[in-house]
Amino acid sequence: MQVLKAHKVTKYFYEPEKFQVLKAIDLSVSKGEFLSLVGKSGCGKSTLLYVLSTMDTDYEGELEIAGQRLTGKDQNQLSKFRNAHIGFVFQFHYLLPEFSVLQNVMIPALKLARYSPHEIEERAYEKLTMLGVQEQALKPSNKLSGGQQQRVAIARALINDPDIIMGDEPTGNLDSYNTHVVFDIFNELTQRYKQTIIAVTHDEEFAKKSDRIVEMSDGKIVS
Amino acid sequence: MSLPFTIARTHLVSKPKQTIVAMLGVTFGIGMFIAMVSLMTGLNDMTEDLAMTSSPDIRIYHDITADRSSLAEQVNPQGINIVYHTKPKNESQKVHNALKIAEMIRKNPEVRGVSPQLTSQVFYNYGPVQLNGTIAGVDIVEEDRLFDIKAKMREGRIEDLIVNPEGIIMGKGLAKKLNAKTGDRVVITTPQGFTMTLKVVGLFQMGVGTIDNVKSYANISMVQNILQRDKSYLTDVNIKLKDFHLAKAMAPQLQKTFGYKSEDWETANATMLLGVIIRNILTYSVSITLLIVAGFGIYNILNMTIMNKMKDIAILKAMGFSGSDVRKIFMIQSLIIGLIGSLAGLAIGFLLSSLIVRAPFDGGDVISIDHLPVNFKAKYYIVGIVFGIVTTAIAGYMPSRKAANVDPIEILRG
Repeated sequence: MQVLKAHKVTKYFYEPEKFQVLKAIDLSVSKGEFLSLVGKSGCGKSTLLYVLSTMDTDYEGELEIAGQRLTGKDQNQLSKFRNAHIGFVFQFHYLLPEFSVLQNVMIPALKLARYSPHEIEERAYEKLTMLGVQEQALKPSNKLSGGQQQRVAIARALINDPDIIMGDEPTGNLDSYNTHVVFDIFNELTQRYKQTIIAVTHDEEFAKKSDRIVEMSDGKIVS
Repeated sequence: MSLPFTIARTHLVSKPKQTIVAMLGVTFGIGMFIAMVSLMTGLNDMTEDLAMTSSPDIRIYHDITADRSSLAEQVNPQGINIVYHTKPKNESQKVHNALKIAEMIRKNPEVRGVSPQLTSQVFYNYGPVQLNGTIAGVDIVEEDRLFDIKAKMREGRIEDLIVNPEGIIMGKGLAKKLNAKTGDRVVITTPQGFTMTLKVVGLFQMGVGTIDNVKSYANISMVQNILQRDKSYLTDVNIKLKDFHLAKAMAPQLQKTFGYKSEDWETANATMLLGVIIRNILTYSVSITLLIVAGFGIYNILNMTIMNKMKDIAILKAMGFSGSDVRKIFMIQSLIIGLIGSLAGLAIGFLLSSLIVRAPFDGGDVISIDHLPVNFKAKYYIVGIVFGIVTTAIAGYMPSRKAANVDPIEILRG
C-alpha cells in the first residue's frame, strides 16, 4: 500500500538567482517502509523532504499522502493534515522549554483533540514508556540529556499515530551511542508497528541499515 | 481550557519579571487615568453645580448695549451710510410688563420658577472706603424657589426680609469686607448719587466668590425707592427650568416672543465651561499618552518574546498549529497582560482618588470648599478598563501577526 506518492515534483529557488533545485521527482513510499534520503550537500534532499512534509507549498507537480491529494490545499488545511498524519523529528529536538516532557508529548494530541485530555495523558505515558524515558515525564524538557531529548521528540512525533514520520538528520546532533539508540527505535517502529519513516541523513552507516536508500544528486533521484 | 490559552499562560508564568513589567506599564497608565479623570470630572461637576446654583437657567433683560441701526440707515437704506462714533441711546434698563412676562412664562410646564427683579450697581460705604457691589430687589420667596436661598442662609432667615422693608440679606464675603454683622446698619450709594441706610437682617453664602463678595438681596419696593423709580420698574426676569439642559433651546424662543435679550446659563458661564473643556482635553491627552507608552512597552516585550521563541513557533507550526493558532497564543498573552494590568490600574486609581478626596484643600475667597471634589462614577472605571484592553490588543496585534507569519522551514532547516 502506498502511503506517499510524489509525481513530477519540481521546485525553483529564486534567491539569489533562479535555480532549479528539484527536477521532476517521482517517488512513492509504501507503508512500513524505512526510507533514507541521502546525497551530497545541496543536492536538494532536504528541500524534497520539506515539500513532502507539506510545509513547503511552492512547487510544481503533485503530492499525495494517505490517499489525500495535498497539492493546492491552503495552509490551514495543511496544518490540520500535518497534525493528524505526519510526525517530525529534526536534527535538534525543538522541545518547548517551558513545558514538562509529558506536556511536550501531549501538545500535538491536545491540538488534534481526538481523545480526551485524560486519555491523551495515558497515551503519552505509553509512548514515553516505549521509548524508555517515562521516568523523565514530569521533568522540564530542558533538564534532559541530548539522547533523552531526542527520544522525547520521537515520542511527540508518534503521539497522533501518524502515517509517516519525517526526519531531517534525526541523528545529526547525537553521539554514536545515541545514534544507535535512535536507529533501533526507528527500526523497531517499522518492524513491529508498520510505521513509515522517511529520514534525510548524512550518516552512511545509518542509511545502509535502513530498508531503502534513495540517493539524490543535482535535484534528481539517481538510485 | 483551550490549548493556545494554556501555552500563553505558561509563557507568561515562566517569565514572571517580564510579565510584571509589562503589566505595570498598563497599571500605571490606567491608574493615572482614573485618578485624573476622577478629579477633573469632580471639578467639572462642581463648576457646573456652582454655575447652576448661582445663575438662573435663563435671564431676560434689556440689553442697552446692543447694536442699533443709525437714523441715516433707516432713512436711506440703499445708500452708503457711514456714521462714526455711534453711542448707545439713553435708554432705561427697564423691562416693560415684566410681571406680565413672568406670569406668561410661569404657565409653561417646563418652568420651575420665575423671579422678576431689579438689580443695580451700588457702592457699599465702609467708613471713607466705598466697596463696589450689586443689589437685587427680589420677591425673596420667589427667589428662594429658584436658588434655594433658605439652605444658603448662614445667619438670619429669609422671612426677616419680608417683615423688614428696610432690611437686606448680604453676601457673607461682602459682609466680612464691610466688617458688618446681622443687625448692623450699612450705607449704600447708587450710581445716581442717592444714599440710603439699610439694616442687615441676614447673611447668605452661595459658595462662589463672585457672588458672595458683591451681592445683597433687598425687597423690590425698597430698591425701586433707592433708584428713584416707579413701581413697575423691573430689570430682569430670572427663570429656572425643571431640566436645565433645555435652557439653550428655550432662550431664543423667549427672546423672539418678548423682544428682550434672553441669555441661557451656558452663555452666561462660558468662561467657566471653557475650563471644563480644557480640563477634559488635558485629562484625555495625558491618559492617552501614558497608555501609548504602556502600549509600546507591551509591543517591545512581545516582540522580544517572539524573537526568542522563533524555534518554538516553527515547531508548533510544523506539528499542525495554524497561523491563527499561533496568533491566538500571543494575542492571549497581551490581553492577559492588558486585563490584569488594567484591573490593578483601576485599584490604584481608586486608591489615589480616595487619597485625593481626603486631602484638605482651601478654596479661599473664590470657592468655598475644604477638600477637592472627586468623582467615583463607575462609568470612568469602565472606560478605563476598555481603554487598557484596547491599547494592549492593538500593541499585541502587530507582533502576534508577525509570529503567525513565521515560515517554519527557514528556522527548522537551520
